[in-house]
Amino acid sequence: MAASVADQRVIEFDVRTDEMLVNMGPQHPSTHGVLRLVLRTDGEVVSEVEPHLGYLHRCAEKIGENLTPRQWVPYTDRMDYLAGMNMNLGWALCVEKLLDHNLSDKAKHLRVIIAEMGRIASHLVGMGAYGLDLGTFSPFLYAFREREKILDLFEEACGARLTYSYLTPGGATADLPEGWLDKCSAFLDQFEPVIQEYHALLTTNSIFIKRTANIGVMDAEMVTDYGCTGPVLRGSGVDHDLRRDGEEIYTEMYENYAFEVVVQKDGHYPRDHTYPPVPKEAVLGDCWHRFYVRMLEVVQAIDLVRQAIERYRSADGDWGIPIKLTQKLPKGEVYLETEAPRGQMGFYLVSDGNSIPRRVRARSSCFCNLSVTSDVCRGALLADVPAIVGSLDVVMGEIDR
Amino acid sequence: MTELNLYETLQAKFGDQIAGANLEAIGDSWIEVTAAGLVEVCHFLKHDPNWQFNLLNCITVVDYFEPDPKKAAKAGWEPHLEVVYHLSSTEQKHEDGTRFGVVLKVMTPRWKDDQEGQLPEVPSVASVWRTADWHERETFDLSGVIFTGHPDLRRILCPEDWEGHPLRKDYEMPLEYHGIRGR
Repeated sequence: MAASVADQRVIEFDVRTDEMLVNMGPQHPSTHGVLRLVLRTDGEVVSEVEPHLGYLHRCAEKIGENLTPRQWVPYTDRMDYLAGMNMNLGWALCVEKLLDHNLSDKAKHLRVIIAEMGRIASHLVGMGAYGLDLGTFSPFLYAFREREKILDLFEEACGARLTYSYLTPGGATADLPEGWLDKCSAFLDQFEPVIQEYHALLTTNSIFIKRTANIGVMDAEMVTDYGCTGPVLRGSGVDHDLRRDGEEIYTEMYENYAFEVVVQKDGHYPRDHTYPPVPKEAVLGDCWHRFYVRMLEVVQAIDLVRQAIERYRSADGDWGIPIKLTQKLPKGEVYLETEAPRGQMGFYLVSDGNSIPRRVRARSSCFCNLSVTSDVCRGALLADVPAIVGSLDVVMGEIDR
Repeated sequence: MTELNLYETLQAKFGDQIAGANLEAIGDSWIEVTAAGLVEVCHFLKHDPNWQFNLLNCITVVDYFEPDPKKAAKAGWEPHLEVVYHLSSTEQKHEDGTRFGVVLKVMTPRWKDDQEGQLPEVPSVASVWRTADWHERETFDLSGVIFTGHPDLRRILCPEDWEGHPLRKDYEMPLEYHGIRGR
């Protein structure tokens, strides 16, 4: 069968080529972990993509059926290991929803600081690794340079650099140490101008735009149908962010904070005058827009952390004393989704009335985001597959659980 | 736009297919649907302009089974599986602007025809939301429920030749898998 796409870059028109099965992964650097993609290719054109997952499956849900909720916290940050704080937060809120546990204002502001810093760190990896996928190494080094500083701050707060287990049902394991807020503010002041460098390196780079604009286009209906969430959903123009639209226990954390959902409305991103403009090649829902949404969310997160630091300083109450390790849970079941950096991370908890739950379930955001690959890569060029999979920003630890 | 409204609407429209509800539960309330009516109800919930549940958040199974006979006698339920569907909408919200979600449940026996080893069957909703495709594969893989009408029902997280369904309460880890010690 001859390759046939209406793409000027394909020069092998009318050349007879054989179909070939190509294994990409499980150790390919652009698969973000151990993901195996089996590609059916015809020359440069991919006709079918079949993702194989499960290489990191640890059956965390089964482990959760044998531990109390607080004991399970360390397992949550080993799922999405690039945003451990946000995973801890999702689980903590889910347990608190079942217990009907109310937090003090101070504890809520602490959580906003930590969660948004986690979002920045996660999007930095997302950005740097996406550069790697597309063949440029330097953004990765710049991204990790700043991320190190966030990890240093986290280390000072909780003692760990990757698997934090800091936010826990009831609050956090400890208060922020003295002087931490000043260091955090100093970091934000230093970090904010650096983002312009990232825009120069990637966002407005003409090679980057050529590799991502109008590639892997997904419309709003397709992404909702596949259950894609987070930047993937908003990159396709769906105005949905759980920090504003979520359940009350989650949205009350962000109550009275000034922020707009990062999504293109009427052709404009919120406050987009300070950011590089959208290139004319880019189409809503393509790889470039997904990347751009993440970049704007970093700037927004900086703003949210600044607001939270102000409020935290003047707030009353404690920093949130954790619940007892063997706290008895009421009989019932709860499901709660929070806006993790990669999408809506859901936790489902069913309790019999003991301290150990009957069923624990983690609904993975990347699992749904990845399920779209075989559809969106059909008919794409082989070289665009890493660009598309990378733009979904998946973490295999969360997909396989 | 409340759970009660939704329950009454569904009852009026689908009658017997809506098997019950628990609207006063601690945490989330839920509506029970019969397996036979599931696809129709889901199709209605997704496409009806009043509800527009366009996001299928999660499909999962809870195994109600207690291996210890003493505890089982006190459990207060007969052994069964609950297939749980969490739906929400990017379009509709509660009046106060918070997320409007609904929980559907389908009750099924642990084994088809009470024959141990025969997996129970529930109709697939992959034709309504494409999210269901992978979620049903995962549920089949880990909890052992067959989704009839699914386009490609095979294991997704465990290896293809894995035996058993790990999230069943009576699951036993194999002693050995291709020469690797299991426990």
